Amino acid sequence: MENSNEIKIRRVLEQIHDPEIPVLSITDMGIVREVKEEAGTWVISITPTYSGCPAMDMIAASIKMELSAQGYPGAEVRFVLSPAWTTDWMTEAGKEKLKAYGIAPPNPRQQVCRDELFAPDEAVQCPHCGSWHTARISEFGSTACKALYRCEDCKEPFDYFKCH
Amino acid sequence: MNQKKTSYILHLADNSLILGQRNSEWCGHGPVLEQDIAITNITLDLVGQARSLYQYAASLLGEGTTEDSLAYLRTEREFLNCLLVEQPKADWAHTVLRQFFFSTYQYYLCQQLLSHPDAQLAAIAEKSLKEVRYHVRWSGEWVIRLGDGTTESKQRLQLALAALWPYTGELFMPAAYESGQGTDLSAIRPLWNEKVQAVLREATLDLPGETFMHSGGKTGVHTEHLGFILAEMQYMQRTYPGCEW
Repeated sequence: MENSNEIKIRRVLEQIHDPEIPVLSITDMGIVREVKEEAGTWVISITPTYSGCPAMDMIAASIKMELSAQGYPGAEVRFVLSPAWTTDWMTEAGKEKLKAYGIAPPNPRQQVCRDELFAPDEAVQCPHCGSWHTARISEFGSTACKALYRCEDCKEPFDYFKCH
Repeated sequence: MNQKKTSYILHLADNSLILGQRNSEWCGHGPVLEQDIAITNITLDLVGQARSLYQYAASLLGEGTTEDSLAYLRTEREFLNCLLVEQPKADWAHTVLRQFFFSTYQYYLCQQLLSHPDAQLAAIAEKSLKEVRYHVRWSGEWVIRLGDGTTESKQRLQLALAALWPYTGELFMPAAYESGQGTDLSAIRPLWNEKVQAVLREATLDLPGETFMHSGGKTGVHTEHLGFILAEMQYMQRTYPGCEW
């Protein structure tokens, strides 16, 4: 019974999108950490991708509105910081959607920022032409979670969802 | 309520907020578009860290305190940030060198805070540390690039070093509220020195000698610069109390 409610709520959450990367739902992003009922109130725990992610307040508001419209009024949204979000939590389906949208998805092997300076760039595949012949322009892109790359073959610039 | 603890959290939050506010002055004025975006991304991380810390402090303080009242309605003497973060942004050399000094300090501090008995502080540190790694790398690379660059870039960085170095000592002078908080600045200092000196050497800069170190910011005695930052940052809430977007 309770589980069927949780399944329904998770389906609703699958329809809520990240306002900055509208092709991804919040479940694709892996930011939904827990769905549970506490004394009659549904509590949805989400975690930010970056501390300063400006989308979090809007995502929290969307969750409350959408759940209310789907028969779960009064849901509570909690922000949890630990364990810290990692790109490993992004679903495979999410990575495919990102690529189709023109953003290179995070590399499958976790390569978080290393400590040494001038470390070699990660090899990132161009989401437009599939070439691996690409170069990093800047570690910081249009949003906190992305880096800016360019393809040396098709010459197109592109965003890379950096490993984190 | 543990006043030492809330002061400590506010000190950490104020450091991040004031440096974030300073760096935000580059928004739309960066030397090239990519670096304008980089410094404002770093700013966003810092303000995000400050928000997490203010929210936590507000929950401990209670009595209607909010993250906004802590950021917008405290006076200059109530801010507990170190003097380094409030210094003017000056030129790009000052900005990247200050960022490198601060981020390197924050990097080692966050590592200590990971094992803090307070789970929320440890969680904020865990989240921040991932971001700070990027900040250290980006700023350290810029210090080397400018120091080991042209005659002019080297001269500017050498001037920035002379101007900012006397503000680095305060990072390691514990305020009364820092004792018993589970962090040990004396253990961070040698790590910070080692990292900073390695990068300054690679940047071919003359290393600073022993000099007088300014202090006071951590206990609310600030340089003249903080008042101007607060005047700009707090203007809207002071003029239209409680206004929201």
